Amino acid sequence: MSADTSIAGVAAALPIPNLDTDQIMPKQFLRGIDKAGLDRGVLYDLRFDANGAPRSDFVLNQPEYAGCRILVAEQNFGCGSSREHAVWGLVQLGIRAVIAPSFGEIFYSNAMNNGLLLIVVAQLDVDRFMNDVRNPATNRIDIDVARLQVRSRTHLAKFAMSARHRQMFLDGLDLVGASLASVEAIAAFERKHWEEQPWLQSVGAMVRARVC
Amino acid sequence: MSRTLYQKLVDSHCVQRLDEEHVLLYADLHLMNEYTSPQAFAGLRQRGLPVRRPWQNVAVVDHIIPTHPLKHRVIVDPASALQASNLARNCELHGIPLFDTNDPLQGIEHVIAPELGMIRPGMVVLCGDSHTTTYGALGALGFGIGTSEVEHVLATQTLVHRVASNMRIRVDGRLSVGCTAKDLVLHIIANIGAQGARGYVVEFVGEGIAALSVEARMTICNMAVEAGARGALIAPDDVAIEYVSARAPDMKRHLPRAIEQWRKLRSDDDARFDVELSFDACDVGPRVTWGTSPDQSVPIDERVPDPARAGSPQQREAATRALRYIGLEAGASLDGLAIDRVFIGSCTNARIEDLREVAKIVGDRKVDPRVRAMIVPGSGAVRDQAEAEGIAARLIAAGFEWRQPGCSMCLAMNDDVLRPGERCASTTNRNFEGRQGRAGRTHLMSPAMAAAAAIAGCITDVRRLESSHVR
Repeated sequence: MSADTSIAGVAAALPIPNLDTDQIMPKQFLRGIDKAGLDRGVLYDLRFDANGAPRSDFVLNQPEYAGCRILVAEQNFGCGSSREHAVWGLVQLGIRAVIAPSFGEIFYSNAMNNGLLLIVVAQLDVDRFMNDVRNPATNRIDIDVARLQVRSRTHLAKFAMSARHRQMFLDGLDLVGASLASVEAIAAFERKHWEEQPWLQSVGAMVRARVC
Repeated sequence: MSRTLYQKLVDSHCVQRLDEEHVLLYADLHLMNEYTSPQAFAGLRQRGLPVRRPWQNVAVVDHIIPTHPLKHRVIVDPASALQASNLARNCELHGIPLFDTNDPLQGIEHVIAPELGMIRPGMVVLCGDSHTTTYGALGALGFGIGTSEVEHVLATQTLVHRVASNMRIRVDGRLSVGCTAKDLVLHIIANIGAQGARGYVVEFVGEGIAALSVEARMTICNMAVEAGARGALIAPDDVAIEYVSARAPDMKRHLPRAIEQWRKLRSDDDARFDVELSFDACDVGPRVTWGTSPDQSVPIDERVPDPARAGSPQQREAATRALRYIGLEAGASLDGLAIDRVFIGSCTNARIEDLREVAKIVGDRKVDPRVRAMIVPGSGAVRDQAEAEGIAARLIAAGFEWRQPGCSMCLAMNDDVLRPGERCASTTNRNFEGRQGRAGRTHLMSPAMAAAAAIAGCITDVRRLESSHVR
């Protein structure tokens, strides 16, 4: 988690709509019980050929984009599978923010839970940013979270962020800790809920016991 | 104030309103698998926290499990074996009910949960898997969640939920012969796009939905996420209530009271939806995907569209890229396209009705010798049922591989994988690049269409096959 209010650095264009989490983190990298080593898996089939050698024509393998911190992507980035490994891998690879016209919803929550900043701007803004960052000479982007604006060499756009997401990003808000503070409200809810619908209490254990 | 069914379910599960957008939502049931839960348990361990309500949870080994037709299953891949043993250890430690590798009732999480009577109308169900939308078929609100959220649910039995907008999709008319729920949902996704329902919970209504079985409704709700939907719902009717009543004998004592409540699970007549769309089931033909996104499909009697005619530059680029990957050209016919593999399985289409449909299409014909055709039943119960009905014997005689249940080649986390360039007729939900194996080519279709492809050795119109078959 970061308390930085700005993210600046090299940005790369990924002009592929509906870039799904299967492509962001292919299946062979999902077999761990921890989060280690996922940087290698990010966009694997795009970054590496069938023999595991880097594909020189892919943007993230080009020397001008070394140390890339920001991705400029197309609509519905991160759609598909819920695998949070996609976000863990991007973060491990050094990606701090993704800019796109829209994001898959589960991916959006996953990113927020890991301090990966997702910035939604209009398609026209994305087109302008892409245009700039495709040229290695103008591939820097500056993101100011306090002012909610993104700037490339020739374009500036404002973005919105809910107060909650801003707090999650800036302060690294611990959701589990915050919700555990409501434990009495949860307990009170359960009592009332199970009184009204007793067939929902312990439903997992009841079914498991029944079908043993 | 009048409310939609989605709003009623959010209200009835709202522990706290957190801000204008978010609520703390109670989860009646949390399902877990072996690959999206380990880091969540590790997180709990680090915090020294218990699982708040282990009995509102159920775990199952499904994604990495091999499906070889051996009675006792051994997971050979060491990493996958560790995921399975780790899940078992976590469940034992926390007292969470588990369907382990060799449990006779093991199966795909979204197949076993409804068939064992775990899913009841009016529930909120969470799972670290995007296809949790399936449970809308029974009037239960299902959300796919990430692993951080899995940890949150384990610790609190709640989810921080960003409240979605409301969409209603009306389906009038009835499906024609040879057309199924899979074709209907592919038709809807093709029309609204891969992000057409992003930000919405979609309620499906109308004659075309009411006429469907519960299993067919699951296919619809399952794939709503391929249009980006946060959730899907179908108000429980007699068909849904009958389905649950028959599968949940443990709640017999409460049934009359439950049914009374379930009948109220519907949107108010004057409830306001942010978006309303309508389709006619009569317009739906047997569909096949031609690209690498589930919204890229056409009816079998239409040709692959020309990317030059796509709506936006981005869509044009995407279609061009998809055709290059899938090895097809604009204007090509899918009818007659040779295939290497057939995969019948997944949480979308591996239930008993799907297998009955496959058996019906196959009849006494044989799988084309050029094709390797696999059937992976959705669960041990589905497999047993199909064997009892004589379906398995018929399909084995036809040349299908009859395998053990699991997610299998829907996402190819186990050893069921396409080789580069192989073309597959698949009853699954995602035709993404590399989904079934690097450089593998997936064509999504219904179980009936996949069965027809297995026999013909190529993608074909199941309606033609049906009419030519002398029974």
